[in-house]
Amino acid sequence: MPQTKEKTTAKIMDGFTKEICLEWYQQMMMMRRFEEKAGQMYGQQKIRGFCHLYIGQEAVVAGMMTAIKKGDKVITAYRDHAHAIAMGITPREVMAELYGKSTGCSKGKGGSMHMFSKEHGFFGGHGIVGAQIPMGAGIAFAEKYKGTDNIAICFMGDGAVRQGALHETFTMAMLWELPVIFVCENNKYGMGTAVERTTNVPYLYKIASAYDMPAAQVDGMDCLAVHNAFAEAADRARNEKIPTFLEINTYRYKGHSMSDPAKYRSKEEVEEFRHRDPIDAIANIIKQKDFATEEELTKIEDDIKLVVEDSVKFAEESPYPDASEIYKDIYTQADYPYLMD
Amino acid sequence: MSERIIAFRDALKEAISEEMRLDENIFIMGEEVAEYNGAYKVSQGMLDEFGAKRVIDTPIAELGFAGIGVGAAMNGLRPIIEFMTFNFALLAIDQVVNSAAKVHQMSGGQFTCPIVFRGPSGSAGQLGAQHSQMFENWYANVPGLKVISPSNPYDAKGLLKAAIRDNDPIVFMESEVMYGDKGNVPEGEYIIEIGKAEIKKEGTDVTIVSFNKLMKVALQAADELAKEGISAEVIDLRTIRPLDFPCIVNSIKKTNRLVIVEESWPFGSISSEITYQVQKHAFDYLDAPIKRVTGKDVPMGYAPTLVDAYLPTVQDTINAVKSAMYVA
Ligand SMILES: Cc1ncc(C[n+]2csc(CCOP(=O)(O)OP(=O)(O)O)c2C)c(N)n1
Ligand SMILES: [Mg+2]
Repeated sequence: MPQTKEKTTAKIMDGFTKEICLEWYQQMMMMRRFEEKAGQMYGQQKIRGFCHLYIGQEAVVAGMMTAIKKGDKVITAYRDHAHAIAMGITPREVMAELYGKSTGCSKGKGGSMHMFSKEHGFFGGHGIVGAQIPMGAGIAFAEKYKGTDNIAICFMGDGAVRQGALHETFTMAMLWELPVIFVCENNKYGMGTAVERTTNVPYLYKIASAYDMPAAQVDGMDCLAVHNAFAEAADRARNEKIPTFLEINTYRYKGHSMSDPAKYRSKEEVEEFRHRDPIDAIANIIKQKDFATEEELTKIEDDIKLVVEDSVKFAEESPYPDASEIYKDIYTQADYPYLMD
Repeated sequence: MSERIIAFRDALKEAISEEMRLDENIFIMGEEVAEYNGAYKVSQGMLDEFGAKRVIDTPIAELGFAGIGVGAAMNGLRPIIEFMTFNFALLAIDQVVNSAAKVHQMSGGQFTCPIVFRGPSGSAGQLGAQHSQMFENWYANVPGLKVISPSNPYDAKGLLKAAIRDNDPIVFMESEVMYGDKGNVPEGEYIIEIGKAEIKKEGTDVTIVSFNKLMKVALQAADELAKEGISAEVIDLRTIRPLDFPCIVNSIKKTNRLVIVEESWPFGSISSEITYQVQKHAFDYLDAPIKRVTGKDVPMGYAPTLVDAYLPTVQDTINAVKSAMYVA
């Protein structure tokens, strides 16, 4: 599969620059501390329902963010807090949404699985596995139709690639040359089911070959590898209108959701990935290359902790939506005649 | 039969396991049913007992495994297809409606489709709009299907055994928030006939009809009303299609008033159909318009305030009864 190609614009040819390394560090630390706090608040029953944490997978979104541009659109599944924050929704609005408060990015109507921000080009958090795959292609369809040079990035899990919708979408995305990147965040499990138990083709990127769609396997614990893969795919989508399928190998340290004790995998396996932690890795590079000192990194982290604390305070102090809100935002028609007997 | 208290999920598990021991052709298939022992632990221990040939984990591919179930059923097997929830069965509804429900008729009676599609339906706390829907009325609309929606462990076991033995395709709906409910399920075999409602509480002033987890709301409302001297008869539908209209009509002949309580959206719901049948068959017995309490006519929101505003409550039911009785 064509993993490397010339003609890439944003690809970092000479390795790491200081600005980008620090951006990755800052982004990933933000996601990590935010998710840890979300887990804690779930434990206190401030956050309810299904809640899926992104801890361990941070390099995927961080690497994407430095490789795409403003105007590009993102859609994903229910494991969406980090994508939302990276795309520019404030931690306050995401935490408030987790709490179900009216100040949340979806006014408390969506919750953990349904973060949205039209302003920031974030087309949501979706709860039906695989549903966002055709939607992602549709977002790209609209960009091409309108003649912009924006692209769509459509995330999915390893479990989601088993849905028939993927195959229908890949066919049309190639046929109609849509500016889209399909990204499979392969974290090895869909709930309790390991990838190998869902297929005789363990390399998910190979699915694309049936459609002649360019594809690549990417180390998702390495921001640079992720960035470069996205940069190349973005260039191809933007300038050649050719979709790409990226299989990004990553890992979730926590259970599938807050209610999953994750007994289906070994401690050793989790440890193995923790040893390759993307935040530790980038911190080491930053220190080795003298991009920042230990103290400066600690300062970044401390600032992030304050932002996270502030998001909790904001969520705590915000009101729940009024009961009358149930009849709002269903139709755009203001006086829709609901059945109310 | 001696009393034995077990959980709803264990009643379901017993029904499936007992039938699987009797008939080699029965298998269970779905997401996380085998190695994870079921997303809601209904199939706990089944992989150990029956092996991977008959307790089968699937990829997340609802349309595919529902259709595989239908094909297998047409070719001599008796599949039990578990949907993690019926929200996800929407991806498979084509196979349920266009294949399972119709092959018997389309083939002029040559093929049968003895299959059970089962899983939880309805809301389960703050799960947001996509994970909180009731689908009984969707499937009940389809000729060729039978639809069952029990409210307690005893009925769940007896009806699921009947469903597995039935030669027609069955949609069997449970509830995430009922799996832990405990109830009396006596030792030993019993079957509950499909299509029969049950009078859970006798009364004379008003009939309250419900099913699935809202039976709790109906029964609680009846208890509260009793304290005020209002005697409610409470009917648990248990089977949605075929629906036991005679049971409701007979009750109305006694009480002359009807309140229907269901979690579904109001438009085209089970209460809509009951209302039509009752006005047709018991018009002269009604002393007041039929009342219903349903989920609100909107997708359910995440915030607790929105969940509370959405779901039918005991108080809503009491109010509906009083309004049907013209008391304030
Ligand atoms: C259509 C559908 N089927 C089943 C589910 C239940 N479910 C929620 S998440 C999940 C696992 C998905 O795994 P994967 O795609 O690998 O994403 P990850 O959770 O690992 O990010 C399942 C089966 C669902 N939400 N939608
Ligand atoms: Mg996964």
